[in-house]
Amino acid sequence: MSTELAAATGARQGDEPTGPGPVRSRSTWRDRLGRWDVKYSPYLYVAPFFVIFGIVGLFPLLYTAWVSLFDWDLIDDNPSFIGLENYAALFGDAQFWKTLVNTFSIFLLSSVPQVIMAVLLAALLNTRLRAPTGWRVGILMPYVASLVALGIIFANLFGPNYGLVNGILETVGLDRVDWQADRFASHVAIAIMVNWRWTGYNALIVLAAMQAIPKELHEAAVVDGAGPVRRFFSVTLPLLRPTLIFVVVTSTIGGLQIFTEPKLFDAMPGSNNGGSTNQFQTITLYMYQSAFEREDLGYASAVAWVLFLIIILVALVNFFLTRRIATTGEDRR
Amino acid sequence: MTVFPASLRRSRSAGGGVGRANIWVYGLLTAFVLGSIFPFYWSFLVASRDSSMLTESIPPLVPGGNFFANAQQVFDQVEFWRALGNSVVVAGTVTISTVFFSTLAGFAFAKLRFRGRNALFVLVIATLAVPTQLGIIPLYMAMAEFGWANELQAVIVPNLVTAIGVFWMRQYTVEAVPYELIEAARMDGCSMIRVFWHVCLPAVRPAAAFLGMFTFMMSWNDFLWPLIALNAENPTVQVALEKLQSGYYVDYSLVLAGTTLATIPILVVFLVLGRQIVAGIMQGAVKG
Repeated sequence: MSTELAAATGARQGDEPTGPGPVRSRSTWRDRLGRWDVKYSPYLYVAPFFVIFGIVGLFPLLYTAWVSLFDWDLIDDNPSFIGLENYAALFGDAQFWKTLVNTFSIFLLSSVPQVIMAVLLAALLNTRLRAPTGWRVGILMPYVASLVALGIIFANLFGPNYGLVNGILETVGLDRVDWQADRFASHVAIAIMVNWRWTGYNALIVLAAMQAIPKELHEAAVVDGAGPVRRFFSVTLPLLRPTLIFVVVTSTIGGLQIFTEPKLFDAMPGSNNGGSTNQFQTITLYMYQSAFEREDLGYASAVAWVLFLIIILVALVNFFLTRRIATTGEDRR
Repeated sequence: MTVFPASLRRSRSAGGGVGRANIWVYGLLTAFVLGSIFPFYWSFLVASRDSSMLTESIPPLVPGGNFFANAQQVFDQVEFWRALGNSVVVAGTVTISTVFFSTLAGFAFAKLRFRGRNALFVLVIATLAVPTQLGIIPLYMAMAEFGWANELQAVIVPNLVTAIGVFWMRQYTVEAVPYELIEAARMDGCSMIRVFWHVCLPAVRPAAAFLGMFTFMMSWNDFLWPLIALNAENPTVQVALEKLQSGYYVDYSLVLAGTTLATIPILVVFLVLGRQIVAGIMQGAVKG
């Protein structure tokens, strides 16, 4: 590795002192420059990431905890320190608990069906298809839609009066659903939005994992007389487990911070309420409302910090779950 | 880290799957693809007519002739040209910067030895899981302090380089750049930065291209932070769309003309480069 690199510069060093005096001192200067180059350039190359991340990522996140200890208005030069009062208020705030439940409800409704559909879709794509790339591009298309465009389109499709979804429900003889007013229905509609955008993407990730499964395993199962369904459940699915966990874990961090979909789904345009009784307001939307509508930065920071801790907690649970499942998987092999 | 495939361009075992693709497979896939396309089409459909179509229980499924009239109104009602221009500037700058700095850092992590390299790289991976979005309140306070509120640099600077970019480029560079080439360039007296420019950069071009497309899409579609940092006079496309929808009375044929206009550029990019994007996602998955 770079020991060889060092050896290369060392070799150059050894070659050069043969020249006369002045040249020699110049070349040692150049050598020193070269050595500094080797020694310090790497730090220079990785520095931009750490500087940017430190200033606009880590520092604001930590400073959020500090702001949460103040009664701090949006335009306030003199915030007053109030200790943990924001947190005390938060834990007694019915709206906060409601947004917490909403967030987890939408998250569950979007992650579980999504993983199942992604596996199904990947299994379909993992056959000997004509024009495989064309199909893959086709199912990935929702991934390029912006969440705002998506929110607007789905708010229209799920409109209570003239929405296409209700039109179809009525045509086939079912009852209309008020997708905005009903709490559970609104969660379902938002989850459908999330699933629509991410299923194809996750299917490609699962497909990549499926293709990494050695063909011999399937052939052996065929020899043993297993049909396609049996092969899917006994060969494919167990080997996909790490990938599925990866998909779930990555969707957790984003899923718990869901903001754009509920914001644009509101029947009252521009509202941050997440429905007239906050029936689909999520934690991040509540944080946004607290900070930039009610202009209470201290309280909003408390919301942000609690959500941060929840995400860390869920991530840790995921991590230990993953390790446990991964090791039991190993035992079996 | 597991093995990284040698080339992004070579799609793995295309078409060579398990089992036959029968009529059911094609039928279900067609249904999925139609479902994927439908909301886009619906958006265009409503945009090409007027909102009265929405009152019909079975709306017409063929586009009408009002698209350009509706689009014109979008441009009249919000600063849409300005929004498009801003989004191009923001996404373009963020993409170039992210690709450059990520490739540079990826090169250092993959091919150069320095004290603390492994610890620093673990730190990069750890930051992948940090929900930095939750720090937007102090970030907003800082931007206001700098006088950057409502200025484009407020949405550009925080995204100049990302952890996922550094991680991705490092993984690719490990496999793609042979040490022999670096040594040869060093022997010829190349400085480190010239080694990067002349040896590393050409070798990692496919991965850098994927990172570029990915970053451009992310930046173009970004919403929460631009909504906070920018106002209606100087918006990005997504912020302008939200403003369009949050009027007192929502004329959907107009709003959806806006979403169609905002989606077309990114959809064109996707349809041209879709094959590479699919390959990139699948190779990233093998690594993960």
